Amino acid sequence: MTASSVDIALFAAKVGLVFFVILTLAAYLVFAERRILAWVQDRKGPNRVGPFGLLQPLADLIKLLTKEDFLPSAADKWLFYLAPAMAAIPAIMIFAVIPFGAPLTVAGHAVPLVVADLNIGLLFFLALSSIAVYGVAIGGWASNSKYSLLGGIRGLAQLISYELSMGLSLVPIVMLARSFSLTEIVDAQRTIPFIIYQPLAFIIFLISITAECKRIPFDLPEAEGELVAGFHTEYSGMRFGLFFVGEYINIIVLGGLATTLFLGGWHGPLLPPVIWFTLKTLAFAFFFIWMRGTLPRLRYDQLMHLGWKVLTPLALMNILVTAWWLMLKNHM
Amino acid sequence: METLFFLIVSLVAIISAILVVTCRNPINSALSLILTFFCLATYYVMLDAPFLAAVQVMVYAGAIMVLIVFTIMLLNIRVNASKSQSHKIVLGSVIGFFTLLNTAVIVFKSRVALPNGPLTGDIIKQQGHTELIGREMFTTFLLPFEITSILLLVAIVGAVILAKKKI
Repeated sequence: MTASSVDIALFAAKVGLVFFVILTLAAYLVFAERRILAWVQDRKGPNRVGPFGLLQPLADLIKLLTKEDFLPSAADKWLFYLAPAMAAIPAIMIFAVIPFGAPLTVAGHAVPLVVADLNIGLLFFLALSSIAVYGVAIGGWASNSKYSLLGGIRGLAQLISYELSMGLSLVPIVMLARSFSLTEIVDAQRTIPFIIYQPLAFIIFLISITAECKRIPFDLPEAEGELVAGFHTEYSGMRFGLFFVGEYINIIVLGGLATTLFLGGWHGPLLPPVIWFTLKTLAFAFFFIWMRGTLPRLRYDQLMHLGWKVLTPLALMNILVTAWWLMLKNHM
Repeated sequence: METLFFLIVSLVAIISAILVVTCRNPINSALSLILTFFCLATYYVMLDAPFLAAVQVMVYAGAIMVLIVFTIMLLNIRVNASKSQSHKIVLGSVIGFFTLLNTAVIVFKSRVALPNGPLTGDIIKQQGHTELIGREMFTTFLLPFEITSILLLVAIVGAVILAKKKI
């Protein structure tokens, strides 16, 4: 085996492992959410399949795969079939730029624990997250049903409102780290994580990513009380499953991203780097579930108001203040 | 290898660009346009301009196309091709022919490649594409950059005044 073929094999192993871990985590996050919500609401939750209900994700998977796959008679066939993939693929692609551990050395080969260390990593994330909404929009449109269409339109409007504040809240991070590369952003936080310097940016980013992955209190595109199930009302079987699991992949990926940008990524004392990264990411996932058990859904105009009139101006001001501070620091 | 990749991307770009005008369903046209923008972003990556590629996807495939899809969905425009389109085909092919002629003359008869500037591929790789763009934008091209941002600000204020009845 030549040196390059070893590198390619290691790379393929890394990609396969990342895929496997994220998909498994997403499936178990569904289970964890049901158990934690049950605990919050003083119920038992799914506890029958296997010990503590741990095999529930497997049972759900079998159920979804063997269910009949409906196509509404007035639906746009190709777009209807394509939409779930358009929702799930960008979500998992974002993880490609997130560094999840310190670089390893395997058999004399340096293996950076990130799938692709792009020098525009942060922009790659913003670009992908801005196209991830097409799955929701197209799914809602292709179903040719009122509820789905309303859900899809809400999804689009929500994205336009929150994409802006999310992007702007990340500008101070780039100014502090002086790089778009997520690996270098993690390196810049070796001693002090950016959440200390940028608590406001962190809060804005956290609210924006909650809207981005359509979680309560921002789950307007689904809003089961008003729109049945919003954009995926007409979906059944594994196509619904893909939408569903895409949402949980999104939680993991955005949690991982928040970890990378604000909590110092894989840096941490005592424990190995990968463990630190996983713990921080799962803390975000728990926070999302906790929020779902606690908060009511916002009204549509409140959501728009918060995005455009509160978060975006705050993010802009934060950029200005950070710029002044950096300038003063450099001139002192 | 790179040539083969370029040809495949070009094929996708041309087919999706043709689909933009031939699709009867406006959403399909919009999706084809998004695919075309992706192909353009791929060209930018191949030309060592990753920042432009990301901006291309973010601004065009992301923001602008989201607005267009949003409008199509809000007005709920379905398939719309009952009227005869033959006069448009004649006019379109005449315009298309002259555009092609113009492009061909520019490409084959004049010097497309400008004299080499100080920035070579090596310098771009060494200093970073994003850093170079940022430095130029805030030094050499500061005035045009600021004028553009004021233009956008005026457009935003204008849109708000037009949309809002009582200010």
